[in-house]
Amino acid sequence: MSEALEILFTASFWVAAIRIASPLIFATMGELICERAGVLNLGIEGIMVAGAFSGWFTVYMGGDLWTGVLVAAMTGAMFGLLHGFLTVPLGLSQHVTGIGVTLLASSLTYFSYRILLPEVTSPPKIEPFQPFAVPLLSDIPVLGPALFNQTPLTYLAYFTVAAVALVFYRTPLGVAVRAVGENPAAVEAQGISVTALRIGAVMAGSALMAIGGAFLTMSAFNSFFFEMINGRGWIAIALVVFGSWRPGKALIGAILFAAFDAYQVRLQQITGGVIPYQIFLMMPFVLSIVALVVVARRATYPKALMIPYQKGER
Amino acid sequence: MRLEPRPSSSMAATLLWPAGAILATILLSSLLVMIAGASPFTVFWLVVKGAAGSQFALLETFTRATPLIFTGLAVAVAFRARLWNIGAEAQLYLGAVMTVVLGTGAVALPSAGLIPVIMIAAMLTGALTLLGPAILKTRFGVDEVVTTLLLNFIVLLFVSMLLEGPLKDPTGMGWPQSKRMIADAQLPRLIKGKRLHFGFVLAVVSALIVWVIMKKTTLGYEMRAVGHNAEAARFAGIPVNRVIAKTALLSGGLAALAGFSEVAGLKGNLTLDLSPGYGYTGIVVAMLAMLNPLGVIVAAIFVAGIFVGADAMSRSANVPSYIAQVMVAISLLTMVAAIMLMRYRVRWR
Amino acid sequence: MDTADLPEAETVLRLTGITKRFGALVANDHISLALKRGEVVALLGENGAGKTTLMNILFGHYTADEGQIEVFGKALPSGDPNAALAAGIGMVHQHFALADQMTALENIVLGTRPLWSFNLGKAQARQRITQLASDYGLQVEPDRMIAELSVGERQRVEILKALYREARILILDEPTAVLTPMETEALFATLKKLVAAGLSVIFISHKLGEVQAVSDRVVVLRGGKLAGERKTSEATRRQLAELMVGGQLPVNEIGPSTSREILFELNNISTRSVGGAGLNGVSMQLRGGEITGLAGISGNGQAALAALIAGTLEARGGDIVVHGQKTVRWSPRAALDCGIGRIPEDRHATGMIGDMSVAENVISEAYRSPRFSRFGFLNWKAAASFASGIIKAYDVKCPSPEARVRLLSGGNMQKLILGRALDGDPDIIIASQPTRGLDVGAVAYVHARLIEARDRGAAVLLISEDLDEIQTLSDRIAVIHRGQLSRPSARGELSVMELGELMAGHGTEAGASHAA
Repeated sequence: MSEALEILFTASFWVAAIRIASPLIFATMGELICERAGVLNLGIEGIMVAGAFSGWFTVYMGGDLWTGVLVAAMTGAMFGLLHGFLTVPLGLSQHVTGIGVTLLASSLTYFSYRILLPEVTSPPKIEPFQPFAVPLLSDIPVLGPALFNQTPLTYLAYFTVAAVALVFYRTPLGVAVRAVGENPAAVEAQGISVTALRIGAVMAGSALMAIGGAFLTMSAFNSFFFEMINGRGWIAIALVVFGSWRPGKALIGAILFAAFDAYQVRLQQITGGVIPYQIFLMMPFVLSIVALVVVARRATYPKALMIPYQKGER
Repeated sequence: MRLEPRPSSSMAATLLWPAGAILATILLSSLLVMIAGASPFTVFWLVVKGAAGSQFALLETFTRATPLIFTGLAVAVAFRARLWNIGAEAQLYLGAVMTVVLGTGAVALPSAGLIPVIMIAAMLTGALTLLGPAILKTRFGVDEVVTTLLLNFIVLLFVSMLLEGPLKDPTGMGWPQSKRMIADAQLPRLIKGKRLHFGFVLAVVSALIVWVIMKKTTLGYEMRAVGHNAEAARFAGIPVNRVIAKTALLSGGLAALAGFSEVAGLKGNLTLDLSPGYGYTGIVVAMLAMLNPLGVIVAAIFVAGIFVGADAMSRSANVPSYIAQVMVAISLLTMVAAIMLMRYRVRWR
Repeated sequence: MDTADLPEAETVLRLTGITKRFGALVANDHISLALKRGEVVALLGENGAGKTTLMNILFGHYTADEGQIEVFGKALPSGDPNAALAAGIGMVHQHFALADQMTALENIVLGTRPLWSFNLGKAQARQRITQLASDYGLQVEPDRMIAELSVGERQRVEILKALYREARILILDEPTAVLTPMETEALFATLKKLVAAGLSVIFISHKLGEVQAVSDRVVVLRGGKLAGERKTSEATRRQLAELMVGGQLPVNEIGPSTSREILFELNNISTRSVGGAGLNGVSMQLRGGEITGLAGISGNGQAALAALIAGTLEARGGDIVVHGQKTVRWSPRAALDCGIGRIPEDRHATGMIGDMSVAENVISEAYRSPRFSRFGFLNWKAAASFASGIIKAYDVKCPSPEARVRLLSGGNMQKLILGRALDGDPDIIIASQPTRGLDVGAVAYVHARLIEARDRGAAVLLISEDLDEIQTLSDRIAVIHRGQLSRPSARGELSVMELGELMAGHGTEAGASHAA
């Protein structure tokens, strides 16, 4: 029993937790931006697949790692544009369109993989992002290595949270995005285009989701596998609700979740096969549902979420 | 740009937009075929031939359509009442689990009694699987999209656990698979020596029954009312939560039948690759059918044809069979857009 | 001083030949209109006359099919709210365009700075808002959430939004519909200050009294056309009314009431909050043969009371007594079974299912009776003939029982709701804002049906924010404020101002102790 508790105080556990949290942070922030603008983006799972592949493939073809991140972001933004176009001006069901985008993005990715790499039997590897210890900060015991001996993409994830929070609460753009998710008529009446704002937010959010996918192929691992996203997108959607649509709370949610995930992996090693491993793998999904049930009652969601807007209509 | 409702449904729009959707799907996938370095004409000809070019091909398409009719119906019923069941995959697998639990020798009855018992048990299992998210939705306000999606993962892991544990076939040489169904529990084949089985008939009959429920009964009326405007339905005295629960039971039960018919009719045992995403494809089928239960039969055969045809095509042409999934995804997106444009007119000013 | 009289007053806004069609409907038919500096022009017309469409065109939400707009001598590009804002036009919508979960300040500065700048300039903005507020009598706390503000305060935020952008032309769409008589006077005082500062105002209304009190000139629209234009000082109320409806205002005769026994009672009911307020220890009695009017500013518990009686809201405490019987389980079903006819506040959201047919909608309260279904199977023939009956009896304009309800006008939808609610002559009727958004003819029709029900002995509860309507129809008037009821007063017992005091919450204490 004490062994199970000791895990919590090892640096390596927290290093792993932050590594697991990183892609979730990107994906959660991406979904949060979309939903704050009033658009549910169920394309997230497929967009992460596309981001994971496009970033990795760019590097595999000889591109720079950061170029790979950029390509992933652009791929995500293109699928975001598709989702935005179908749900904002055309006002199609955000549920059905999102599922459609997920199916399209993942099947297109698998199709491209087969075409671009016809000969390979096992996926080739790339040289991924390496951990970089931030001077001084990484010397803090336990927390230091956990937070500040990570790859640059993890630092980008921290930065993303700060940037999203800053933009939302401190800039005219952020105020407009929040307003368009609350009451699009308020935005329209002040001379800002609801369509442009919403599509823009969905594109930006989708770009972040794709970077979240790319983290897996370019930082956590060094290769691309089918099914590697494995529900992380859906978990990000649950995390947005859990975080009450606030960047800070969502970040805490992502880290707690990742810590739990890292913990179950270690617990699995300790228990050594007494409990079927599937039980451990199930826990993150079960935990997400439990978290939703706990917060659902008091969640104040963006008022205009999932409601299409027509000009001049109130 | 703004959308205006059409004052009356226009015949031209009703025909042209869906046709446009199909055309757009073909054009976009042609582009991909060309990128893959093949001729679209050859490829599509091979797909059509592979799906409907021979008796074997046609029977294979109907066989593949069977689970899709069930999951398509499950989704159509749920979406009608605006219950976003994205978890047909989970309901399918748990239906299949119940099928092998009862059908591998645990219950001994003559075939005419055993099959209905298994079928009803499987339906109940699927029904209860969706009842959970439905209750979380009505009681706690938890979005059923996320819960049903997450349940898919949980259930698949659960099935994997069963197949490596209590349901494992001891003679399976270590593979995670269940024991085989006993002969009395298996659905008969429709044509001797061919793969098409009685599940197809069950699927078509189910579609007819669902059509009658939706059109003629108070339950169907209640489901449509709740789906179109739950607040107005509640005001009028329709018990909204109970209707959602009934919808969940019906939808989950239908999805479970897909699992039942695949195991009892086709595969004979349960493995982890029983469904290549039939639950998700059911969403496409339902949307292509515009949620009409009879349309689901046609849409399921169409989608199954693409899959079967693309499999055959990829064996002879050098285009990955993933093209089928891409086509199905594109057809979903173009079709929902087409349905919108059938009902609304775009005004640019 | 009446600046409109001065010949040199500059024309700040000129609409010429504005035409807008929606399919076959001509919402605006060659409408021309001019507004001078320092002038208040009232745009008078009943619901559906085209006032809001015209203003939406001016503001760029819609594009006119024909016609030009000139602001301060320059042509205004069409279909661009930004251009309208930049030209100095500010609009206060009837349904406020405010984001609830944001502060007043955030709502006011929204869109006033380039989107990509890094600074909201909150400190500066706060200072300017405070200044504007004290100049024009528009007190608000800039850092409070909109959700926490009263309706009157929200309207002040809307006006501040326009002033903050230095609007020179202010358009107010039915601004008094949600205000108490005192708040209305304060608004008029603000408008006087604005006009004195050189702004021009277009005041949209269908209430003659207000138009006469506030405007210099009246422009009347009827059926999408310009019906006439008068100097306010030279027009009589009667002339304006005739211009507005194109004839005599229909008047319903309402005779003395023959009050009977109590049919419906609430005893000490409390509920959770709905749309701003819940009920807080409410007791009331409805007598047969009487219309009881419930006055109050919106958001004071009317929605909760209506939902409670309709059965969609549960009481936290207290009793509901129908026909002298205490009810045990209360639900929409139970309310219907007790014979309560219900007309909901929102036709579109609660009353009807827009995407279903007329027949499907009119049976929604009775589909389980043997009249319409057997063994779970619906009898569509019976439904269609029932629908045809209502269409005929209530003079609903619709092609067939199969027509989708979404395509009907508001008045016709309301008639269907009346037909459904009054089927079987219920002896308890609750009507929530039954005439909101209807034209004069439809209003008179709804009133006539309610009076008819009262005269045959039904107990009618009329909830309305329109004090005129309450005073005209009610045999007894109660006022609701923050979820509490005043002592009911008999017809004519209290003046408008006295009712207004009650609506604002002055004197509820006294009223409550009276009742006890």
